[in-house]
Amino acid sequence: MTAKSDLPQGTLDLLILKVVALGPVHGYAIAQRLQQVSRYVVQVPQGSLYPALHRLENRGLLAADWKETETGREAKVYRLTRKGRAQLETEAASWQRLTEAVGLILKMAAGGAE
Amino acid sequence: MTWWHRLWRRRQLEEQLEMELRFHLEQHAADLIARGCHPEEARRQARLALGGAEQVKEECRDARGTRWLEDLWQDFRYALRTLRQRPGFAVVALLTLALGIGATTVMFTVINGVLLKPLNYPDPDRLVTLNEQTKGITDYRWGDLWAYSYPNYLDCKRQTSSLDMAAWRYGGGTVSAPGEAEHVDGVEMSSELFPVLGVTLSRGRAFLPEDDRPGAAPVAIISYGLWQRHYGGSPAAIGRPLVFEGKSYTVVGIAPPGFRLSWEPDVMTPIGQDTQAIMQSRDAHPGIDVWARLRPGATLEEAQTELAVIGRRLAAQYPKTNAGRGFVARPLRQELVTELVGDARGMPWLLLGAVSLVLLIACVNVASLLLARAVSRERELAMRVALGASRGRLVRQCLTESAMLGLAGGVLGLWLAAMGIRPFVAFWPGSLPRAEETQLDWHVLLFALAVSLLSGFLFGLAPALRAPTRNLEQILRAGARTVAGSSRRLHSSFVVSEIALAVVLLVSAGILGKTLLRLSSLDPGIDTRNLLITRTALAPSVLANPARIPATWQDLLDRARRVPGVQSAAMVDTVPLREGNNQIGYWTTPAMPEKHQMPLALSSSVTPDYLKVMGIPLREGRFFDEHDRTGSKLVIVIDEVMAQHAFGGQDPIGKQLWMPDMPCIGPKGETFYDCTNPYEVVGVVGHVRYWGLAGDDQAHVRDQFYYPFAQVPEPFLSRWSELMSIAVRTKIPPLNLLEPLRREVRGATGDQVLYEVYTMEQLASRSLAQQRFLLLLFGIFAGLALLLACIGIYGVLAYITSRRVPEIGVRMAFGASPRDVIRLVLRQSLVMIFAGVGVGMTAALVAARLLEHLVTGVRSVEPLTFAMMICVLVAAALIASFLPARRASRVDPMSALREE
Repeated sequence: MTAKSDLPQGTLDLLILKVVALGPVHGYAIAQRLQQVSRYVVQVPQGSLYPALHRLENRGLLAADWKETETGREAKVYRLTRKGRAQLETEAASWQRLTEAVGLILKMAAGGAE
Repeated sequence: MTWWHRLWRRRQLEEQLEMELRFHLEQHAADLIARGCHPEEARRQARLALGGAEQVKEECRDARGTRWLEDLWQDFRYALRTLRQRPGFAVVALLTLALGIGATTVMFTVINGVLLKPLNYPDPDRLVTLNEQTKGITDYRWGDLWAYSYPNYLDCKRQTSSLDMAAWRYGGGTVSAPGEAEHVDGVEMSSELFPVLGVTLSRGRAFLPEDDRPGAAPVAIISYGLWQRHYGGSPAAIGRPLVFEGKSYTVVGIAPPGFRLSWEPDVMTPIGQDTQAIMQSRDAHPGIDVWARLRPGATLEEAQTELAVIGRRLAAQYPKTNAGRGFVARPLRQELVTELVGDARGMPWLLLGAVSLVLLIACVNVASLLLARAVSRERELAMRVALGASRGRLVRQCLTESAMLGLAGGVLGLWLAAMGIRPFVAFWPGSLPRAEETQLDWHVLLFALAVSLLSGFLFGLAPALRAPTRNLEQILRAGARTVAGSSRRLHSSFVVSEIALAVVLLVSAGILGKTLLRLSSLDPGIDTRNLLITRTALAPSVLANPARIPATWQDLLDRARRVPGVQSAAMVDTVPLREGNNQIGYWTTPAMPEKHQMPLALSSSVTPDYLKVMGIPLREGRFFDEHDRTGSKLVIVIDEVMAQHAFGGQDPIGKQLWMPDMPCIGPKGETFYDCTNPYEVVGVVGHVRYWGLAGDDQAHVRDQFYYPFAQVPEPFLSRWSELMSIAVRTKIPPLNLLEPLRREVRGATGDQVLYEVYTMEQLASRSLAQQRFLLLLFGIFAGLALLLACIGIYGVLAYITSRRVPEIGVRMAFGASPRDVIRLVLRQSLVMIFAGVGVGMTAALVAARLLEHLVTGVRSVEPLTFAMMICVLVAAALIASFLPARRASRVDPMSALREE
């Protein structure tokens, strides 16, 4: 089992937006999805998931409805708003740029050692 | 969802949050069970994974962004609960605040109504007042500003493109029909005045340009009040005749209720119909006011520039009259406030200042009450900090509580102010200018709100900042009876500042009291008892025929003397202590300098009995008699001040004076105000405090002289007769004679009326009304301040002493006597009292200076008054501290020690 790493600051929101972008989903499923997709590398503290969801909802990036699940229970299901989609795109793009830049710097350092 | 919705649907949100988390836990547990976990273990693991459910919920609530409001609500309820727990404290604090805020609000209402609110015309800031202005000629009476001459006004009006101009001029007189004859104030106005002011008539029409010219049909607009009095408010009044000054006018309009210029006119006539010579001369300045409204887009500066151009053009065209003469425009509002409020301008501010001091004391009192409570609640607060409350949260809670107190006090205070404003305004000396405009409006509400919150903040700050952060453990462990040193220092500084504030108010009240005493004991120079003064309007038919005037006056005086109870009667134009005076320049040689360089004297035209009626002492020579009449040698009688001023030590009898402004007939029989005849001094009389008991000493013009009414040349008689009053000395209280007197002088045509009736005692007392009123209010404020300060001292000492009971117990156990204990407590309070007096004295000196500046007759350096007032304060403060001291001395050492 590989060592788990903590989430970098501010990326939880981005990840949540990305997961919800795939389709309406409830809180527990988001937690599951995050863990599975990251192959258990990223540790998502479940305790901070809900405050983050509520914050995004209040900012109008997510909307929520109460819906019946397959098991016949009422669950709060989140979906992305138009504003949320725009936010996701800009944040994803900037994250992309950042990681590429960090990657470049790391490579250069390696090159310098050769 | 807005935060408001989130707040509103709080309960629903809570339920949903609860459901959502439960769903999560159950789902997680179900997954684990599906993977073969034991149900019990699965639920435990799910809970562990989520973390503390309550903590998660709390964070979710924070995410809602309505946290502060919920806290506020919580604080509010908490404050309400704690206040209810101690109703005594709440009542004292609320009453103190309500009094302070209420009094402050009343003063502000007056200022707001009288000084700050714009004029009662639409768009008042576009209105200006216009004057002629001369360069180089200034005197303190008029400065360099002159009223317009009518031809200059007409030229300006024709030539300006930036102003809509209108003119008006006083024109009072007797309305003799319909109804009972009555003397009223009136104006002659140009047809533009109503449109320029933007005032619409309540009925009928304004004047038309064709009304406003010589020879047009006589028309009049009447006031709402006159319409009610003389026409019974009947709509048929329009088109009916009105007999005013013996001339019949047709009523064309009725002004709206409360319409006023500088005063409220009852009869308005077109100024263009006035054909007197004085209205045609470019050289005469017959008291014409010119008001104007800036045209749309024009600014005051543009208007000024344009007026300057017109001024130069007219000066070139009419060099004889207009050389060096220009025109200026000034904002009307500022001008009117000065004119209306005059001397009273500083007074509301002075009172607001005084009343704020009372409010400040009230705040300090409540602060020390709150602080005492905060100290006794220290353990509770420490407990809450220990349980995780942040300091900011505690400060916020304390401030919420005090803001609540402040607001509640403010609401009560506003209620008090609403109750009190009418009686207060009615009580204002000499009727408050624009009193009808004094009411509570949103400015006042805003002010009261601000004052309440500010006070709440002021008195809440000290206790709030004391919220504990350090040494929690120590506080929690310590007994309830430990006073932290800082709290004692803070309490003492409260007492010191209360005393200092009280000193300021007490000394001010003392100074005012002393002033009033001194002024009341002054001799006005006349015998004020049993003396009635009333203006008298001759019948308009007589005024129109000057030859009949002297006989009519003589007849009127004879009739007055015949009324039973009347001792003697005389005529006079300007009356001491009443508004109005006539200042005339004089010179001791025929080679007179420019008019504005001559010394001035107050002149009165009188009949021979005047001296006897008024009770003015004759010092030297003689007063007038029947032989001083037109054709005989021109004579005057001067007062002792003028004798000294004009002739130094020499005997003034037989000396001559030249006075160019006297009414005079020239060598060829023409009338003018460039009199070159000498006037011979035949007598010297005592000085009269013409300007009022308070104001006379500092007045600019104190010289006085009298001349015989019988020597006023005939062409001037009708003008003089409009100004005449009769003075009647009576054997019984003068107001009882008023009705018989009215009946007796009514005359053959029934239209000779008395108006502006006063007794001399009323006039004398009115001249001190301002001082008396201030003394009363300052007395009340000072009393309040003293009371509040004593309560404060008592409260603080009782509190500090009660905290020292164990210490006192120890002292007594070691042999201190009750007397020693009393001395111990009193010494502590004396230190505070004297510190307060020291600070207060400095401030009181400043306050005294201010009073001297603002109130006539006050002298700021009054060591005796200072000393007396401070003795009163120290005595009161010592009595207040004696009670806790005595209680401390009766402490039973054993029980005190046991308590610890």
